[in-house]
Amino acid sequence: MQPNQHLKLQEILAQVPPIDQIGSLERVAKIQSRSLKGPTKLHGLRMALSMIDLTTLEGKDTPAKVRQLCYKAQHLHVTSPELPTVAAICVYPTMVGIAKKALENSKIKVAAVSTAFPSGQAPFEVKKIDTLYAIENGADEIDMVISRGHFLAGEYSYVFDEIAAIKALCGTARLKVIFETGELDSLDQVRRISDIAIAAGADFIKTSTGKIQPAATFPVVLTMLGAIKDHHDRTGQMIGMKPAGGISSAKIALQHLLIVKEVLGEAWLTNEWYRFGASSLANDLLMQYQKQLTGKYQSASYFSID
Amino acid sequence: MSSTNWNLEPSLESTAVVQLQEQYDLYIDGKWQAPQEKKYFATSNPADESHLSNIAWATEADVAIAVKAARNAYENVWSKLSGAERGKYLFRIARLMQEKSRELAVLETLDGGKPIKESRDIDLPLACNHFFYYAGWADKLSAAFPGKRIESLGVAAQITPWNFPLLMLAWKIAPALACGNTVVLKPAETTSLTALKFAEICQEADLPAGVVNIVTGHGDTGALLVSHPDIDKIAFTGSTAVGKQIQKACIGTNKKLTLELGGKSANIILEDAPIDQAVEGVVNAIFFNQGHVCCAGSRLFVQESIAARVIEKLKFRLQSIYVGNPLDKNTDIGAINSKKQLETIERYIQLGQEEGAEIYQPACKLPSKGYYCPPTLFTDVAQSARIAQEEIFGPVLAIQTFRTIDEVLQKANNSPYGLAAGVWTDKGARIFGLSSQLQAGVVWANTYNKFDPASPFGGYKESGFGREGGLHGLSAYLKITQ
Repeated sequence: MQPNQHLKLQEILAQVPPIDQIGSLERVAKIQSRSLKGPTKLHGLRMALSMIDLTTLEGKDTPAKVRQLCYKAQHLHVTSPELPTVAAICVYPTMVGIAKKALENSKIKVAAVSTAFPSGQAPFEVKKIDTLYAIENGADEIDMVISRGHFLAGEYSYVFDEIAAIKALCGTARLKVIFETGELDSLDQVRRISDIAIAAGADFIKTSTGKIQPAATFPVVLTMLGAIKDHHDRTGQMIGMKPAGGISSAKIALQHLLIVKEVLGEAWLTNEWYRFGASSLANDLLMQYQKQLTGKYQSASYFSID
Repeated sequence: MSSTNWNLEPSLESTAVVQLQEQYDLYIDGKWQAPQEKKYFATSNPADESHLSNIAWATEADVAIAVKAARNAYENVWSKLSGAERGKYLFRIARLMQEKSRELAVLETLDGGKPIKESRDIDLPLACNHFFYYAGWADKLSAAFPGKRIESLGVAAQITPWNFPLLMLAWKIAPALACGNTVVLKPAETTSLTALKFAEICQEADLPAGVVNIVTGHGDTGALLVSHPDIDKIAFTGSTAVGKQIQKACIGTNKKLTLELGGKSANIILEDAPIDQAVEGVVNAIFFNQGHVCCAGSRLFVQESIAARVIEKLKFRLQSIYVGNPLDKNTDIGAINSKKQLETIERYIQLGQEEGAEIYQPACKLPSKGYYCPPTLFTDVAQSARIAQEEIFGPVLAIQTFRTIDEVLQKANNSPYGLAAGVWTDKGARIFGLSSQLQAGVVWANTYNKFDPASPFGGYKESGFGREGGLHGLSAYLKITQ
């Protein structure tokens, strides 16, 4: 780490505010009690669809499945061509080339998880190779995981350096930093890693890999949005947010969007600055969208799974 | 997809659940009785100024009949029942209130202007819980005061305010009845309807006639009630000015008195506080129920090093506070309770500017009819300014900064009131240090405006005396001797 970088980190760490868990839960409950009706709800559902990083991250993923997902990303529902596309497809680095090709005529981004996702338990050199492979295959976005072991051990400069180094490899690709908040113990820790990651160059901060529970809980998301807000107030720079894991229903997604609206403001309500990492969310949003339009729930059989 | 405005459409609670009569008589001796002088007054909805109903205006003769009914019920029925029997009635009332809580919540909002989400999520659950809580004490009074001789007092005159009509009724009636007293209650003139609905619940619960009597009217009715010679106990919640008059009227009588009066409570944010949660706490402290809260945290003290940041965050937070129709489930600040109160608040807002404080109000569109006031911040407020000293009883916050803990203690205690206070800090030792030195009946730490039937509530100095709630609330309705 450069000496001036070291000072910067010390300054950031000294300013990390404490987070009160009870107060965070109460704030969330207040926003959750808001009521969304009619056009407000419809607009919210459309927004949520446009913010999805449609994800498949399994050992058994096949090129064919990735291609199917890419098709779905562009054509969410046969009877509703007016719908937006999702924001991105999120896959392992080995699938980036396939996704890139399948999406070549669209504006949908390809995001690659990297740095030994999901555990991050690999030597730093391996993490670099992992990231470079994804970049060379055309990834528009890199979703890296932090080294939770180092963070929990208090080795904040190691974590900072690792993020900064990966950011340097990204070039024009946007970097999302995954904290895996389900392993971080407290909201104070969530706030601390948020501040470190933002200072180290994260373009987005992301809650979870989706492989560990709890994942994107509301208090965790609220805490991360607080860090983004403070950074913006201090520097004028916007940082994106991506909750991932456990966001499976339209209701939860809409509540997340309400929190963004109240905590950050409407400037963040676009897929430029906000994403949902999800695999099954899209279909519930589509079902609720059809319900709003027709007044009737349709069978799940009318919505394709991939 | 680029970002666009995402405004919340109104989401209105239905009023179909509320059935109102065109006219309400007095509830005396288990029956509805027309007032002797046949006088009625109108009650309206402060949200749109529409007429709701006409309500009996009790005069001296009515008060005398009500007190007599309460005395009879006390001597012949209620004081002779066992605690367990009294408890059964209270449990029955609590359950009926729970069953009707939707209707009561909507009515509370219609009559008083408070947001439906507050009457639904706070007033009603708390009011029901108060009855459940004191129902449980009714047969355990000897265990509450071991080794003491305890007796009920007799007839209690109770006067409730307009800010939490049904909740304050519960605070007063539940412990009085649990302890074996009978009551004559006068609700505030702008918000009598839920008390009258409560009378219907008493009927439905088969509560013996005369145990609960509801006499409606203006301040003169209340004055007649407290000065009636056959009253044993007075419980009043309202303004300090009226409280002082009541105290004078009690001189030389045997009447036991508890007063829960005004406040100008200090909410103190130290520099190590969880800042976002503290900002939210400030919102809860001053904008809850339009600021019509006796313990509202209406004076904010912020430590100098974080003051600019807290004020910046507070201003941003105010942009997502919705002011408007109280029946809209998204409304955070509803209607001011009456035209008179709105004029008082507006006078203070004018005064604050004349006193040289800097005002901030977010841009918000207020309904054209009804009484509304946007959330208002004053910064650079002097300790000697009237907006920092006097109770405004509206959504108006006076902000001061401080440098040391000694300084903030002195300033917080430098008030004729002493009802509540809030302390925001990450350090437990500071919480204990401050809370032991703040002259306030309640000190909240890292939260504000939290109520529970088991927790006593009441003030120091001109905020009144006596405690309501909890074990302490029982002793206000008992004669306790060795």
